Amino acid sequence: MASPEMLFRGARVVDPRAGRDEVADVHVRDGVVADVGSGLDAASAEIVECDGLVLAPGLVDLHTHLREPGFEHKETVETGTRAAAAGGYTAVAPMANTDPVADDASVIAQVRTAAALAGLADVFPVGAITKGLQGEVLAEIGEMVAAGVRVFSDDGRCVPTARTLRNALTYASAFDDAVIAEHCEDDSLSIGQQMHEGSSSSSLGLAGQPAAAEDAIVFRDIEMARLTGGRLHICHLSSARSVELVRRAKADGLRVTAEVTPHHLVFTDEDLRTYDTNRKVNPPLRSEADRDALRWGLADGTIDAIATDHAPHAVEEKEAEFDRAPPGTIGLETALAVALTKLVAPGIISLVRAVETLSSTPASILGARDHGGPIEAGRPANLVLFDPQERWTVEPPFVSKSRNCAFTGSDLIGRVRSTVLHGELTVSEGKATR
Amino acid sequence: MNEHLLSMHDVTADDVIRILDTAESFREVGTRVIKKVPALRGRTVVNLFYENSTRTRISFELAAKRLSADVINFSSGGSSVSKGESLKDTALTLQAMGADAIVIRHASSGSPFQLTKWVRGHVLNAGDGTHEHPTQALLDLYTMRERLGRLEGLRVAIVGDVLHSRVARSLSFGLVKMGADVTLVGPATLIPPDAPQWGVQVSHDVDGVLPKLDVCYLLRVQTERQRLEYFPSVREYARLFGLNRARVGLLPEGSLIMHPGPMNRGVEIDSDVADLPQSVIEDQVTNGIAVRMALLYLLLGGRHADAADEVAGG
Repeated sequence: MASPEMLFRGARVVDPRAGRDEVADVHVRDGVVADVGSGLDAASAEIVECDGLVLAPGLVDLHTHLREPGFEHKETVETGTRAAAAGGYTAVAPMANTDPVADDASVIAQVRTAAALAGLADVFPVGAITKGLQGEVLAEIGEMVAAGVRVFSDDGRCVPTARTLRNALTYASAFDDAVIAEHCEDDSLSIGQQMHEGSSSSSLGLAGQPAAAEDAIVFRDIEMARLTGGRLHICHLSSARSVELVRRAKADGLRVTAEVTPHHLVFTDEDLRTYDTNRKVNPPLRSEADRDALRWGLADGTIDAIATDHAPHAVEEKEAEFDRAPPGTIGLETALAVALTKLVAPGIISLVRAVETLSSTPASILGARDHGGPIEAGRPANLVLFDPQERWTVEPPFVSKSRNCAFTGSDLIGRVRSTVLHGELTVSEGKATR
Repeated sequence: MNEHLLSMHDVTADDVIRILDTAESFREVGTRVIKKVPALRGRTVVNLFYENSTRTRISFELAAKRLSADVINFSSGGSSVSKGESLKDTALTLQAMGADAIVIRHASSGSPFQLTKWVRGHVLNAGDGTHEHPTQALLDLYTMRERLGRLEGLRVAIVGDVLHSRVARSLSFGLVKMGADVTLVGPATLIPPDAPQWGVQVSHDVDGVLPKLDVCYLLRVQTERQRLEYFPSVREYARLFGLNRARVGLLPEGSLIMHPGPMNRGVEIDSDVADLPQSVIEDQVTNGIAVRMALLYLLLGGRHADAADEVAGG
């Protein structure tokens, strides 16, 4: 199928890599950006009038659970990437905790094939750090690097010992730019945990996990990065102390990056008062002070990326007793609007910074060269067009196969109009095209 | 009053007074030869018990029966629950059968909250995980008020495994609401770190606390292995916190010893202490029926305490 030719006319082009935030026309042809400027003319192109709309590099999610293979009742590569496209994403990084675990090149290839068939987003599978996520034997990192994997994570679990993490960082450092992404949680401090340990957990009678369960491992991991010179990425940062540890690690010049989820930027442990299992997440929603520290960490550059930790679960799994419900919320369809409503509108971060943390920086960490901008002639046309003013209420149905969304009922501002993947529309006028 | 009783946060101080006053009028019913009034005739009360509990279930069952309600006991063993039916599906089934009130006991904190999303009937929390047990708290408040004549200003210590105790939570919230002065006493590992935010004091020195009390409320110490990581041994617990004869001597005259049961005699309470006249443990059980009658009556039937007087007195 030949790619359509499109002219986005009069959009506010927000492009952190080009340092651009201005009204311009963007001409897309043959899968790439043909031209950017004002008063562009393209007789054969479909004209998309963009008055009042924002055109930005397609969003890139560093932390997605597509659940395939093994948990197709929750999500598949196809339904998950369709949800991604609906949320303005052009690239996602599915985590390795599938069944079988993505700990060798064959599972990676399987996910890639399913993604290519769906054609809804570029998929960059994350490989496991250890075989079977067991935390003992290193997975075949070299083979997976050869298969194009860049980020490795045992997400869902913490690498249990400093020794194993040290070896992973050292081993991976032999491969250019390979990243070890850690789920930082001291398991011994979180046995049976249902939420953040604090005044809410005390009065709700739910077993708590102190922020120190994360902080202790973040500290350990940063020291291992220091020891090895390895490239460490910290997943879903949730506590104020951990933000400070990352800030210091960066000041020390260590190769450390970090992400935060939309839900940790918005909610606190107080939001569990009604035992809403859609707000049961791991790491847990923490205190207001933690939430605020995450916001300022994102604003000052300590935190590099907003990552969804999109974690679909079937209705019957979430409609259960709080301590039996699995942790996680879906997030691909709401992340952009959450950032616009809760961070940009109140002036915590600029729109450019929002796009940078949702697209450009995660693309760099992921090594997704075709994504994250700049929007310049010759570059692959991976774009999102959104209305920064449209108001909507989050409610089912979702494009995702699951509907466990922590933001259900929230009023948000900002909605995706079109998503362009390699010059083709995956979403047009807010609707999926395929 | 709120539509449901899920937590002591669902009732105001005025509600508590109304519940206790209503219970007082029902207390008399239990002393009659025919212990029954027609207040809830034709209404259906379901006891949905996912956790074994003889005394609470029987207490609720008697309360509902003395109000002439139809009572269905649904326990997890030998029902569809043991076949893996979810709480939601069980709730929808009970809803379809027209349950007017569901009394739920469950090992998972928050289950009664979730139940309210799926049923139209009134939900009464009969103990959920390590969260709350509001009817226990109300019967304890009733017993304290009956014996000591007031709640405001009462000095109460709750001694034991507060961290894992739903009774301690509900009772603390209830006592603080009524203006009592509450001290939580126990090993530091068994007091929730944020407990002072409940408006209570915390102490680890039981001997220092006892002389200043109106009520010494003992909690059952769980001796299962998973609890033992919190303190070295039952023996050490008994030595540091157990209420023995010598310690009873530290209590002011006229003070009460209470326990929600079932007791571990020889651990948190010495056997002969449990049988002292100032121990009102049996009163708690008796009062429990009247308080649960009042709650069912107020939630399901009348809205006015004076109506209860008519029913109970008539």
